[in-house]
Amino acid sequence: MNEVAQVLAFDGIEKSFGPVAVLRGVELACGAGEVHAVLGENGAGKSTLMRILLGVEHADRGTMTLAGRPYTPRGPADARRAGVVMVPQERTLCPHLDVVENIVLGIEPAGRLGVLRAREARAVAERSLALVAGPGRIPLDARAGAMSVADQQLVEIARALAQGGTNARVLVLDEPTASLGKSDADRLFERVKALAESGLAILLVTHFLADVRAHAARYTVLRDGRVHGAGDPREVAPEVIVHEMLGRELATVRGEAEAPSAAVAVGDTLLDVRALGGEKKPREASFVLKRGEILGIAGLVGSGRTELLRAIVGLDERTRGDVVANAPRGIGLLSEDRGGEGLMLGRSIADNVALSPRGPFLVDPAAARADGARWIGELSVRTSGPEQRVGDLSGGNQQKVQIARMLREDFDVLLVDEPTRGIDVASKAQVLELLRALARKGKGIVLVSSQLDELVSTCDRIAVLRHGELGPARPAREWDEQGLLLEAAS
Amino acid sequence: MISIAELRATRRPAWLGPFVALLAVYTVFAIVTPEHSFLRPQIFLTMARQSVVLGLCALGMTLVIITGGIDLSTGSLVALTTVVLARMLKGGSSPVVAVACAVGVATLVGAFVGVCVGRFRLMPFVVTLGTMAVLRGSAIGLANEQKIDCDPRGLDHVLEASLSSPGIWVALGLAAVVALVLGYTRFGRHVFAVGSNEAAARLCGIDTGRVKILVYAFSSLLVGVAGVMEFSTLTVGDPTDSVGLELDVIAAVVIGGAPLAGGEGSVLGSVFGALLIIVIRTGAVHMGMPSWVQYIVTGVIIFVAVAVDSARRRRTRA
Repeated sequence: MNEVAQVLAFDGIEKSFGPVAVLRGVELACGAGEVHAVLGENGAGKSTLMRILLGVEHADRGTMTLAGRPYTPRGPADARRAGVVMVPQERTLCPHLDVVENIVLGIEPAGRLGVLRAREARAVAERSLALVAGPGRIPLDARAGAMSVADQQLVEIARALAQGGTNARVLVLDEPTASLGKSDADRLFERVKALAESGLAILLVTHFLADVRAHAARYTVLRDGRVHGAGDPREVAPEVIVHEMLGRELATVRGEAEAPSAAVAVGDTLLDVRALGGEKKPREASFVLKRGEILGIAGLVGSGRTELLRAIVGLDERTRGDVVANAPRGIGLLSEDRGGEGLMLGRSIADNVALSPRGPFLVDPAAARADGARWIGELSVRTSGPEQRVGDLSGGNQQKVQIARMLREDFDVLLVDEPTRGIDVASKAQVLELLRALARKGKGIVLVSSQLDELVSTCDRIAVLRHGELGPARPAREWDEQGLLLEAAS
Repeated sequence: MISIAELRATRRPAWLGPFVALLAVYTVFAIVTPEHSFLRPQIFLTMARQSVVLGLCALGMTLVIITGGIDLSTGSLVALTTVVLARMLKGGSSPVVAVACAVGVATLVGAFVGVCVGRFRLMPFVVTLGTMAVLRGSAIGLANEQKIDCDPRGLDHVLEASLSSPGIWVALGLAAVVALVLGYTRFGRHVFAVGSNEAAARLCGIDTGRVKILVYAFSSLLVGVAGVMEFSTLTVGDPTDSVGLELDVIAAVVIGGAPLAGGEGSVLGSVFGALLIIVIRTGAVHMGMPSWVQYIVTGVIIFVAVAVDSARRRRTRA
């Protein structure tokens, strides 16, 4: 680290939320001109560390140093003044404003009475766009909402740089390529490299190991709030990095005895997906799902997992391919977004379970309550009763309510998207056991999860989705977490 | 990358549609009204006079709707303004002081709504629904449940159907001010940003709550001025005046091309929207049409405006 000027250093950063320690002493240093990858599984503490860097959260213990001086940002504005800027993972442009207006948003050059200096604003935008996209590539008058995702991404980076002003020192990119195709991603990294060469320190938060190996000069792996590996990604084998990220000894994850549904004869075909393509993602996906099996789909953020499920049930438009379903009782989708589209958080358990396009015109509230109570018993939902608001339940119990609704509909095929996201360990095990039991009873289940261990231990077969393309499904016993992650991240 | 054609389509001014609609509706009336009464200069002045109150309120509502909000208290606030004005004049205040107080009260009401919406994050619909009732009640109480007669002391000449009427020029001037603020100031950019993507605006360090407070306060100031104009026409303080005005105002802004979802809107569009409503009303009266026809025609225009606008959007997106 000593050969280049050190721009940013974390020293012994600790942070807890209530009783949960998220960061337990993180050390990380990044030099000028360096692209430094921050790696780790979900929940490893990457986002918290970045939020502390941006001043959104404050560390309980430990110090940060910026350009040789102690750095204690009180908030994002403070961080910006110090030259620390970030491009978040979600798109945050104003779709109705044009490129210039977006880039200078909040820092509009203005004279007396707040009158805009349009020419100056244009110059600011042009200058920072030239850094990320080369002159003339992006029309300054285009509305952000009408641009491609890749171009929007470039505008976001330009905005971050413009807001950091002339003293921009540290640029944080959070999963910048998650929503980009391969060629767009490569172009983006070219610009990122050029930015680094101009003297910026760049922190790259990502899951894509291939990107890290191709474009980062150093990496740091976080696991359970601690640093579990660091080095030059070009010199360290990807298997080693994956091992640092996962940490567990993997050979024993799955014993022969509990091979999930090996005893159950897999039955007739329920779902035959042939070369399915959506508007953007998936690009091409084919698989066959049979009665009584769980097919796992692994893939990184932005690989098109959710889009694939939505295209299968027809929530998103299909542009290519076919879905042949032999499922007389239908296909159910368990949404990853419980609060957003999975459940009516403000309504009771009974109401949520009973929500159905079928059923009689007249509703008998007492019968609905009884039905709700039955499902509460069936799935052992911890609640005060069928009248309780779903929003007041814990994440795990909310998930059970969502599953209860699908069971009540008695679908043949269940598409299950991140069923264990945001729920505690005990509930996780229950939910996964429930899925296995359903498969034993003859349902066909597609399980999408970013928890690789859960895929390996629950599924019969697993396929990997990469940049919108689904690989062949192979028996789960041929996979382990490392293999899955290597496949997905390459 | 986006094509030039796409750029051109997105950049087609939003006020063009309402303007064309206005011309078309006017032309139809000009042809069908008996004795060419719709072509006489005086009719323009009459319609201009009638447009002032609706137009001023629409200016403010444009700001509110661009931020993604709504204001249902407009009609009540106009009534309250006329009552405050009348009471002060009756109590012997000079017209200047009375007008300043009435407009000041309106602005304070707007600031209160803005604080509720911007700082306490309450829903604008609910806040202004409450304000609408409270203001109406206050106006009736303040007026002792009757109209307040008073000597208008020259305020009755503020708004007249004549070129020398200051009211018409004040309204035009304020329209220009709002258009300039929206188009050429930092504040204007922030108003659009709040409606387009509030999270992004906050991320860029904009105090979105402050923007909303200023928007609602400024909007209510304009409604206060509209109240003064209304008083000039009525020459009494009438607590039951302008019931439902807010719906016409919202209609004008929506016809003018501002979606209720926020992020878009223009002064020129809203002004044309307001003029369109007035032309329909005046034309219907000239034709001797019953009032129910006016309602239906106005409603149909709203449908058509929204349908055309949404078709235009789909085309540019595809």
